Amino acid sequence: MAREIAYVRTEMLDEKAPPASIVGVQGWIKDNLFSSIGNSILTVVAVFIIYVVLSGILPWIFLGVWNAGSLSECREIFAQRYGDGTEYACWAVVKARWHQIIFGYYATEQYWRPIMAFILILLSIAPLLYPSLPKKMFLISFASLFIYPWLIWGGSIWGPMATALGAILGILVYRFATARFGSLIGILAACAAALVWWSAFSGTAAETMQAAIPATIEEVSSLNLAGFVLSITIGIVAIVASLPIAIVLALGRQSDMWIVNKLCTGFIEIIRGVPLITLLFVATVLLNYFLPRGVEFDVILRVNILVTLFTAAYIAEVIRGGLAALPKGQYEAADALGLTYWQAQRLIILPQALKISIPGIVSNFISVFKDTTLVSIVALNDPLGIANNIRANSDWNGIVWELYGFIALIFWVFCFGMSRYSMYLEKKLQTGHR
Amino acid sequence: MADQTIQPPKERFHLSMLLYDQRYRALTIQIIVLVAFLLGFFWLANNAATNLAALGKPIRFDFLDDTASYDINQRLIEYSSTDSHGRATLVGLLNTLLVAFMGCVTATVIGVVGGVLRLSKNWLVSRLMTLYVEIFRNIPVLLWILVCMFTFTALAPQPREFRGEDPSATMKLWDSVAVTNRGIYVPEPLFSRPLGDIDIGIFKISIELMVLLAVLLGGILFSRWNTGRANRIQAETGERPSTFWLNAGSIIVPPIIVLIALGFYVGKPELAGFNFKGGINMNASLIALWLGLSLYTGTYIVEAVRSGIEAVNKGQSEAAAALGIRPGRTMSLVILPQALRVIIPQLTSQYLNLTKNSSLAIAIGYMDLVSTLGGITLNQTGREMETILMTMAIYLTISLLISFGMTRFENRVKLVER
Repeated sequence: MAREIAYVRTEMLDEKAPPASIVGVQGWIKDNLFSSIGNSILTVVAVFIIYVVLSGILPWIFLGVWNAGSLSECREIFAQRYGDGTEYACWAVVKARWHQIIFGYYATEQYWRPIMAFILILLSIAPLLYPSLPKKMFLISFASLFIYPWLIWGGSIWGPMATALGAILGILVYRFATARFGSLIGILAACAAALVWWSAFSGTAAETMQAAIPATIEEVSSLNLAGFVLSITIGIVAIVASLPIAIVLALGRQSDMWIVNKLCTGFIEIIRGVPLITLLFVATVLLNYFLPRGVEFDVILRVNILVTLFTAAYIAEVIRGGLAALPKGQYEAADALGLTYWQAQRLIILPQALKISIPGIVSNFISVFKDTTLVSIVALNDPLGIANNIRANSDWNGIVWELYGFIALIFWVFCFGMSRYSMYLEKKLQTGHR
Repeated sequence: MADQTIQPPKERFHLSMLLYDQRYRALTIQIIVLVAFLLGFFWLANNAATNLAALGKPIRFDFLDDTASYDINQRLIEYSSTDSHGRATLVGLLNTLLVAFMGCVTATVIGVVGGVLRLSKNWLVSRLMTLYVEIFRNIPVLLWILVCMFTFTALAPQPREFRGEDPSATMKLWDSVAVTNRGIYVPEPLFSRPLGDIDIGIFKISIELMVLLAVLLGGILFSRWNTGRANRIQAETGERPSTFWLNAGSIIVPPIIVLIALGFYVGKPELAGFNFKGGINMNASLIALWLGLSLYTGTYIVEAVRSGIEAVNKGQSEAAAALGIRPGRTMSLVILPQALRVIIPQLTSQYLNLTKNSSLAIAIGYMDLVSTLGGITLNQTGREMETILMTMAIYLTISLLISFGMTRFENRVKLVER
C-alpha cells in the first residue's frame, strides 16, 4: 500500500540556464578581465594604453595623403583640409619610392630579375620546408646556386653555366674515384678536377659558348644593388655559404683533437665576442690590406664574406647544441658498426643533429636578415640607406616615420613569417625524440 | 713451445701509418691543420705588413698620444678637444659601458615584468604583451634606434621654447627636469661644503661620494652583524629581539648626517642663453640608444622569462597554493628562483647582444667606443688597422668579462644535485 507523499516530485525539473554572470560574453569578461581587483586595474590600464596609442597612430595612418609630389605638397593639402597645422602621414613618399626600397636601383624593365630570383629562392627551399615534395626538387636548389647570381648581377649566362659544370665534374670525379680508391682520394681528386676546370677551361668554354649562342642580360653593378634585394641577397648568401663552414666549425669544436678544437673554439668565440659593425669595418676598410697588393674585389662581396663568417660562428654554436643533444648511444653505435669518422658523421650523426638544429638555424637567419640593416652604416644602400637617400632629396626632406614605417612593415612580415615557421617546425620535429 | 705467448708481430714504422693508423692519424691531421693555419695566418699578416709599409704607416700606437681635437658631447669624465686620442677612446669606452649598463638594467626590468604579465590570466594584458614582443623583436634594432632618435628629437620641445614670458614648454617634476630635443637635463647632487676630488691620474674621484659610500657600507655591515646577533639569540633562547628599527636606522641615518654635514643640495638645470646649464645632461642620442636597445632586447628577455616560468613544474605552484602561500609570494619565492636556472643562460646572451648592439650608436651620433676610436679617431689619424683591431679587442674583452661574471652567477643559482 503505497502512501502518497505530496511534497516529493515525481518528475525532474528542467535544467536552469547558468547565471548570466558566468557564461557568454559577460562571463568571459568577468573571468578574463575582471577576476580580481588587481586584474581589473590591469585591464583598465591596458585599455588606457591601447586607447592612447591607437588614438595617436590610427588617424595619422588613415588620414594620410597618398597623392602628392613632395612633402610641401602634402603639407599644403593638410593646410587646405584642416587649416590648423594638423598633419598626418604623407604616404605619397612611399607611393613614389616604394620600388626603390624594394628593388634598389634596377631599371624598371629589369624588375623581373629580382622577382624571378626571389621565386627561385622559394622553389629551392621548398623541399626543405615540405619534406613530402620529391627529392628531385633539390636539383633546383643546386641550379639556383648558379642562376641566382646570374639573375642578380647579370652578364652572360655561360659564365655561371661553366662554373656549374666544374661543380658537376667534381661530383662525377668524386663518385668515380671514391668507388675505386676510397673517399679521401675521391675528395682530393674531385677538388683537383674542379679547380683545374675552373682555372684553365671554364673561362674559355664560357667565351666559346657565348660566341656560339649569345645569351646575355644587362650587367648590374654592385652599386645599383640596393634595397631589399641587397638585404635578401646578403642574407641568403650568408646563410647558404655559412652552413658548410658552420658544420666544420661545430665538428671541430666537438673534436678530441686539441689543436683543431682550440682553433675552432677561438674562431667562434672571437667572432661572437665582437659587434657585427666592427666586422663590417674590417670588410670595407681592412680586408684589402690582408690581400696581396693589387687584388681587390667588390665591396658587396667583401661585406658578404665577413657576414658569412659572422653567421657561421653563430650557426656553429647551434649545430654544436644539436650534436650535444644526440644520445651518446648514437656515437657508440656508429663506432660499433665500424664506420669511419666521416661515414658516421654523414650517415648517422649529422642528419639527426642538423634536424634538431633547424629551428635554431632559422632563427639565426632571421637575425642575420635583420642585421643586414647594419650595412647602411658602411654606406651600402640597404633599405635604410635608401631611406637616407630619399630623405636627402629636397622633395622629401623632413619625412621620417612614413619611410621607416614602410621598411619596418616589410621586415616585420618577413621575420614574423619565418619565426612562426620555425615554431611550427620545432613542434613538428619534437615528436621524433624523447 | 705451447706455453709461449704469441707476441703481436713487431711492425716497423711506415710512413703510411701516419695516415692509416689510428694512433698517429689524429696527430698527423692536427699537424697538417696547424701548419695550414700558421701558413694562412702569416700570409695574411705578411700581406698586411707589406701593404702598410708601402703606404708608409707601419703598425704603431703612438697616435693615441696625439691631440684628438674633437668634442664629445656626452662624457662621464673630464675631456676637452685638446686631450689625446687615448683619452677620447677612454671616454668612448665609458660611454659604451654606460649605455650597456643602463640598457641591461632597463631591459631586465621590462623583461621580468613583461614575462610575468605575458603569462597573466588577464586576457587583454597577456595579448598586449604578446603584441609588444612580436612587434619589437621582428623589426631590426637599428630601425628602432633611429625611430627613437627621430621621435624624441621631433616631439620634445626645443630649448628656446622654454624662454620668454609665456613659454610653450615647461620643466617637468616641480621645475627640476627639462626635457628638450637636445637631451634631458636632470638635477645633480651638489655640496655647499665640498671635500674636493682625488685625482688618480686618469680621472677624478669625488671624496664626498667615497665618504658616502663608506658610511653606507658601514651601515650595511652593522645591520648584517645585528641580524646575525638576533639569529644567535633566537637560536639560544627562542626569542628574537627586534632588529628592524636598528637595521633601518643604521643604514639610513649616518648617510643623512653626512649629507647634512656636507651641505647637500640639488642643482637644478636652468635656462641660460640658448641651452640649459647645470644638472646632469643626458644627450638625446643616449636616450634614443638606451630606449631602442632596452625595448628591443626586452622582448627577448620577456621570452626568456616566460620560457623559464613555464619550465617550472606545475606541481610547485600547486604545492605552494596548498601551503597557503599567496600568489604574489608564490611567484617571488617559489617559481622565479627555480625559473632563474633556465633564464640566466639566455639572459647572459641577451646582455652580450645588447652590449654589442650598443655599437649602433654610430648611426645616431652617440659617442661610444666605435664612434670615437673606430670613427673620428680613425678618420683623423688614418690608422685603420690599429683602431679597428683595438676596438675589436676591447669589445672582446668586455664580452669575455660579461660571460665570465654571468657564469659565476649561474653557478651560484645552480641546483646542487646530490
